[in-house]
Amino acid sequence: MIAEAGLAALWLGAAMALLQLLLGVLALGGRREFLGPAVAPVAVVQAALVGLAFACLIAVFARSDMSVLLVAANSHSAKPMLYKVAGAWGNHEGSMLLWVTILALAGATIALFERKLRADTRLATLAAQGAIALGFYAFLLFASNPFARIAGVSEGQGLNPLLQDPGLAFHPPTLYLGYVGMSAAFSFAVGALVTRNVGPDFARAMRPWVLGAWVFLTIGITAGSYWAYYTLGWGGWWFWDPVENASLMPWLAATALLHSVTVLATRDGLRAWTIMLSVLAFSMSMVGTFLVRSGILTSVHSFAVDPERGVFILALLAIYIGGALALFAARIATVSEGNRFDLVSREAALVVNNLILSVMLVVVMAGTLYPLILEAATGAKISVGAPYYNSVAGPLALALMMLVAAGPLLRWRRDAPRLVLDRMALALVAGAAALLLLALFARNTGVLPLLGLVAAAVVGVASLAPLWQRRLSRTPLFTWGMVLAHLGCAVSLAGMASDSAFTVENMTTARAGETRSVGPFAVRLEGVRERPGPNYQALEAVLAVTRASGQPFTMMPQLHQFTDPPMTTNQAAIATFWNGQLYITLGEDTDGTTFLLRMWWKPFVTLIWVGGALIALGGALSLLGRVRRDWWGNRWPWAARRAGAPAEAAA
Amino acid sequence: MKRRLLLWLPFGLVAALFVVFYAGLKHPDDHVIASRMVGQPLPQFAAAPAFPDRPGAATADFADGKPRLLNVFASWCVPCRDEVPMLVRLRELGAEVDGIAVHDAAPDLRQFLAQYGDPYARIGLDAAGRAQMAFGSAGVPETFVVDGRGRILYQQIGVVTEADVPRLMAMLAGGK
Repeated sequence: MIAEAGLAALWLGAAMALLQLLLGVLALGGRREFLGPAVAPVAVVQAALVGLAFACLIAVFARSDMSVLLVAANSHSAKPMLYKVAGAWGNHEGSMLLWVTILALAGATIALFERKLRADTRLATLAAQGAIALGFYAFLLFASNPFARIAGVSEGQGLNPLLQDPGLAFHPPTLYLGYVGMSAAFSFAVGALVTRNVGPDFARAMRPWVLGAWVFLTIGITAGSYWAYYTLGWGGWWFWDPVENASLMPWLAATALLHSVTVLATRDGLRAWTIMLSVLAFSMSMVGTFLVRSGILTSVHSFAVDPERGVFILALLAIYIGGALALFAARIATVSEGNRFDLVSREAALVVNNLILSVMLVVVMAGTLYPLILEAATGAKISVGAPYYNSVAGPLALALMMLVAAGPLLRWRRDAPRLVLDRMALALVAGAAALLLLALFARNTGVLPLLGLVAAAVVGVASLAPLWQRRLSRTPLFTWGMVLAHLGCAVSLAGMASDSAFTVENMTTARAGETRSVGPFAVRLEGVRERPGPNYQALEAVLAVTRASGQPFTMMPQLHQFTDPPMTTNQAAIATFWNGQLYITLGEDTDGTTFLLRMWWKPFVTLIWVGGALIALGGALSLLGRVRRDWWGNRWPWAARRAGAPAEAAA
Repeated sequence: MKRRLLLWLPFGLVAALFVVFYAGLKHPDDHVIASRMVGQPLPQFAAAPAFPDRPGAATADFADGKPRLLNVFASWCVPCRDEVPMLVRLRELGAEVDGIAVHDAAPDLRQFLAQYGDPYARIGLDAAGRAQMAFGSAGVPETFVVDGRGRILYQQIGVVTEADVPRLMAMLAGGK
């Protein structure tokens, strides 16, 4: 019954999406007073219905209802409850339902809270959101029904053990909130093009949505990176896997958009470019989803999917992306050019920032798609790996970092290079100091990691400079947000550079009682024992680890042997210190007495994710600051309304 | 007019991209990693000697007219142990077997050779995995048949088994 209810809700949701589109179009066509007010409520009802469908899916997974095909194929009654629930989106159909749910949620949030946008643009935006949703509903209902029944199955086939991790509970939802949240920017851009309304007001209205989606995307990528780091057991935190790239591409586009929308909002410049980026960011999300879900590229994230579905998604993408770009080409020429600015100005710095981010996007995209294009053209199979990305994207990222340092210190419209250098003096001193220290104490660092560490020092100090000589209590939240996010870039960069410069690795075998060393640690294998887990058998090594003269502590890396489906996974033991992580994995035993140990000492590697978290936190603060100023009239909604209180000076 | 055309450029690019996607869908990936090295000259690499009393391995050592086997292995690699007896047999049959030990350390390597056997004329230590990367080899063990002119005739991915021995010997004989 639950499955049928879910399916019914899904059909009704699709009908609401169609209604949302039709009402919106008709209202724009001239019957606005009559039909216009109905669009927003329809969007909210649509979200409620698809939310109900999603709840039904979670319910059948939680109850291990094996008469539902999806549950039988992807779940198992012996699985812990967390993974039963999270397993609802750990498969193709479920993740597409999550996608549509978030899409509808974004539409409903626009319908409920967006008050800044011109009425006709808001209608067009909601209609566009309905149109996008409609296509994905069709995909779910006709090609990926998550509620299909199956008879005669009493036990499920289990969930891929790699996915049986708390990471599954939050990584896909946050990433999807980011991916699909970008649909708001896409719909805003379509709405603005349709109603010829591209200007500062539009930009101010769109900005919170871009910020919100970007924050989630940042969290999703950061969390995904840490998940891969501790669960795959290779000690790496980024693999340039096609699907990682698929999440990085919309992030790069959204980061560019975040900055260009500021230029549009503040200085009424970069009109066409901002619209283009809005279209691009969500297009990248959709292309990413397509690459993952169609199985067109080989990746750890691919679910087995037949090519028919790939053609379906491809057709959807062609309609949405092609349609938006055609609309762009046809309409943007009628949008007048925005304000101009000097070569040395914050606008110019942001333009260069946008250019570098765009080039990085092209670099990542080229690397991801090159094998595909080459195979289509010549039939040759290749794969593009880390050496390409690191050597091309690395220098670009470093150039970008210089802008992160200097950009916020530039004035709008026009500035003098000398003054900018004065403002950066302290940061440059920090960079020089870092260079000196590295030259003295770490000679064998590679060029790129060395430059990375120096750049991190420069950016770290420069990012704080906008707070200099300001009354901190009077500094707007969004300035704090920018400072934190830029500081996060420096912190993350420091972690990446430190990891590639200073990591020490030891891959070795050991018997019980033997001691091996890695970096400053001595690792003694005390013994290996078997431990039963809830749905796996674990082999656990007990290691006594000592650092220089310190107290010994125990680390216990495990190998998990799953039976449903049969698979072995690695559970790395990770010891975190203030200055890095010791990361140890256990390999398969060879003759029952000798075990493979792979050990890394990774100085300051944690900074990578701390930085990512800071970036997301900065985005969140910025979002809060914008919403407070633009939506709540520069006060907190819970603060009592004071009659005649002097308005705070808007920064 | 020119600006007009420029504005349609993104649309055109995306259209082209979608054609490629469609082609890719019609020819789904078969997930087989084929070596692109077979038929190619040995890539440039130089792995320093693992032990002072035995030479390392580098590209230059391979084009002297003598066909050789190049075995990529590691002391921490379990399947590598199983193939050592086969490599020893190949050496007894007259083949020269050279080794590259990846992500390894000399003491571990010494213990490995003492315990399981030592078929190697040269052993290069590829501590950072650079040489392995140059070969486009994805894991251990892998064995390459290199002809007298330094070209790769064959790449065996995985353990050399008893059944492979005659085939490898035949290829070496043909590789002069």
